[in-house]
Amino acid sequence: MSVTETQGRASETIAVEIMGKKYRIPPGLTMLQAMWHTGHELVRGVGCLGAVCGACPSTYRTKGDTKIKTTLACQTQVEDGMSFSLTASYYPDKKVVYHFDEMKDPKQDLFHYYPEAALCRNCDACTVACPKGIDVRTGVWKAVFGDFKDASDLFLSCVMCSLCVPVCIADIAPNQVGLFARRAQGIFFEEKKPQLSLRVKEIADGKFDTEWERLMTLPDEAIQAESSV
Amino acid sequence: MSDIDVSKERVNTSRAARSQQEMPRLSAEEKDDLVHRYHPDYKKEAYATLRFGPNKGEQTVHELARLLEGESPVPADFPALKPAHQVDILIIGGGGAGATAALTAKAAGAKILMATKLRLGDSNTVMAEGGMQVAVSPEDSPIRHFVDSLKGGHMANDRVLLKQLVEEGPSVAQWLIDLGVMFDREDDGNLSLRAGGGSSLPRLLRCKDYTGLELMRVLKDCVLNEEVEVLEFSPVIELLTDGKGSCTGAILKDLDNDRRIVVQAKTVILATGGIGRLHIQGFPTSNHFGATGDGLSITYRAGASLTLQDTFQYHPTGAVFPEAMAGLLVTEAIRSAGAHLLNAKGERFVYELETRDAVASAVIRECLEGRGIQTPAGRYGVWIDMPLVDQINGEGTLEKRFPNMIRQFSRYDIDIRKEPVLVYPTLHYQNGGIQIDAEGESTLKNLFVAGEASGGIHGRNRLMGNSLLDIIVYGKRAGAAASKRAAASDFGPLSLDHLSRFRKERSEAGVNSDVVSPMLFPDYVKKQ
Ligand SMILES: Cc1cc2nc3c(=O)[nH]c(=O)nc-3n(C[C@H](O)[C@H](O)[C@H](O)COP(=O)(O)OP(=O)(O)OC[C@H]3O[C@@H](n4cnc5c(N)ncnc54)[C@H](O)[C@@H]3O)c2cc1C
Ligand code: FES
Repeated sequence: MSVTETQGRASETIAVEIMGKKYRIPPGLTMLQAMWHTGHELVRGVGCLGAVCGACPSTYRTKGDTKIKTTLACQTQVEDGMSFSLTASYYPDKKVVYHFDEMKDPKQDLFHYYPEAALCRNCDACTVACPKGIDVRTGVWKAVFGDFKDASDLFLSCVMCSLCVPVCIADIAPNQVGLFARRAQGIFFEEKKPQLSLRVKEIADGKFDTEWERLMTLPDEAIQAESSV
Repeated sequence: MSDIDVSKERVNTSRAARSQQEMPRLSAEEKDDLVHRYHPDYKKEAYATLRFGPNKGEQTVHELARLLEGESPVPADFPALKPAHQVDILIIGGGGAGATAALTAKAAGAKILMATKLRLGDSNTVMAEGGMQVAVSPEDSPIRHFVDSLKGGHMANDRVLLKQLVEEGPSVAQWLIDLGVMFDREDDGNLSLRAGGGSSLPRLLRCKDYTGLELMRVLKDCVLNEEVEVLEFSPVIELLTDGKGSCTGAILKDLDNDRRIVVQAKTVILATGGIGRLHIQGFPTSNHFGATGDGLSITYRAGASLTLQDTFQYHPTGAVFPEAMAGLLVTEAIRSAGAHLLNAKGERFVYELETRDAVASAVIRECLEGRGIQTPAGRYGVWIDMPLVDQINGEGTLEKRFPNMIRQFSRYDIDIRKEPVLVYPTLHYQNGGIQIDAEGESTLKNLFVAGEASGGIHGRNRLMGNSLLDIIVYGKRAGAAASKRAAASDFGPLSLDHLSRFRKERSEAGVNSDVVSPMLFPDYVKKQ
């Protein structure tokens, strides 16, 4: 059964333009479903279908509007009069190779790997472009000022779709800067977690070994009776 | 008001009274009875008996049987097998298990190549929301984690595999943290733990409701920083063997130009993930676009055994409305935080944190017995009452802990902080898969398997959070074991002998369907 078969009432249709061609489709479809409905085979441009992988960046314009907007096609519903295009499933943005175990001061090293980060001119185009609603510009500024904690929080939901990259007038790849800040925060600046370290040690020391011996051969009925849920 | 609105109003008005209500837990017998009656795994007409191959005589669902018994896309007169790549390890699949195996093998000094169907990271892993189970709290122990998982799996788990899973949990959590994965913390710095269905103690590590995204983003960045050679949009369509029971490489298909790429490898690690996009028994799915069980059909043809290939997990709460969201997950963590499930009458009908198979069965029962709610598109569902989460845990809890869920529904003008939404079980996970030993090796020598494609660890029902753990623990094991094996081996001869054998058995069994596998992608294109 096709995902789109059970969609809407058959009589009611809306007008849409997909990559410049006009179609009529039932209401209630996402952009990708609309493409399947109109006979497009998709390989590039589809990933998770759940708005978390960033494979489906797209641009669209709504009826009567002049602005071209950006979005993720897998979770954007088509409206009457919309015109859209699946843009690219690959943006050639600059991903620098780095190794955190060779870094001493990642807050400075950021400028070595992504020197453009410091050149943000505050135009906010990245924030406007972000389909996840991230305040990208503030995220970049936080990273530049060494506030990796706040930058990390801001970039939490980044799906690395790269829609913020081509719009940047300072040639920054904000998504990559955000990822760098997040990983550095995790590696260098998060607090210790005593319980986890203790548990790793207990296991290495064989604390549970006698229990294991008993358990591995215990019959099913006896396992059922073990204290648990 | 429509029937839906009337029913929704009942949920809204009964919220306060319900908030303190205790639901009885099911006894082991009640649960068994419920599952046998309503769970899709027990629907006889949905199953076929495999007619030939390593699991001949055993059962699986029609959708999978067709593919296992399907024809290879590689013709009998395929040109001479000249390798374009020669590597120690070929890693198939760029999800969490594949990436972990790649990092481990690279660190061990192996020469590796990764081939994946979509882009690196486009996977089920990136979609995981709820978290990863690791026994870290002082009250908890790997023993307890083991017992919970065994009970959840109906005692069908491979105990050796399960022991390794729970025992290595804490150290792989540490490994992830060292790579920069940021799990949620408590004020004292300790990892914050949440409850999951079927678990006797809170044991879930997570990153809000973006756990898989966080894991995959970090693992992918590591793979790129290690400069692993990755071929994207290049799925494997056939394995190569020496004709004597060992795997020696694979044939890839470059989706951009339809060329075939032959890879010769001393060992192969298969990490192709799950089967949701087979839409077994017509169910919608929570899985990514590439979850078509490719690994199962190619290894079956090459002669490796499957185990528990008849059992699947239907996540109890997939969205059914709006239609554009059908199948997408409403994470179990929301039920852990107190959300209720309610039928059309606005009544609870099951303790929400029973294991997934039991909750899914109860939802199906309600809908079959006329207590479900019908959507405009004709689907049935029950309510999940998420506003209750804020009422129980304080205003702002949903926003703080489930930002992804709020955002998903807000695209369709639904505010989950204010109103309940409709859900029905969605095809979520393949409980069984390719049989592996303690090092992750399949019954075909030199073919290692990790992650959702493998079977045995989770028995007949995986507990929430045990899969993210599985892909890291067994991704590492497979990566390490394959590197060791490769270091001690030479390249084997490349042949398609297994395919001749397969074709002979197929025709002897009288199978002549025109199904070709692996499926690679579901066909959603509307026919004229
Ligand atoms: C929505 C959702 C939520 C989940 N939430 C949780 C959770 O909270 N906790 C938990 O523990 N588990 C959860 N799970 C389950 C868990 O995420 C998966 O089981 C796990 O991540 C699988 O990892 P994997 O690496 O084995 O497969 P995947 O991550 O799916 O990776 C498989 C890879 O192989 C590729 N591939 C497929 N076929 C081929 C081929 N022929 N050739 C080459 N490459 C191929 C795929 O494209 C993909 O990149 C969830 C799953 C989903 C779908
Ligand atoms: S397909 Fe993954 S974000 Fe759209």
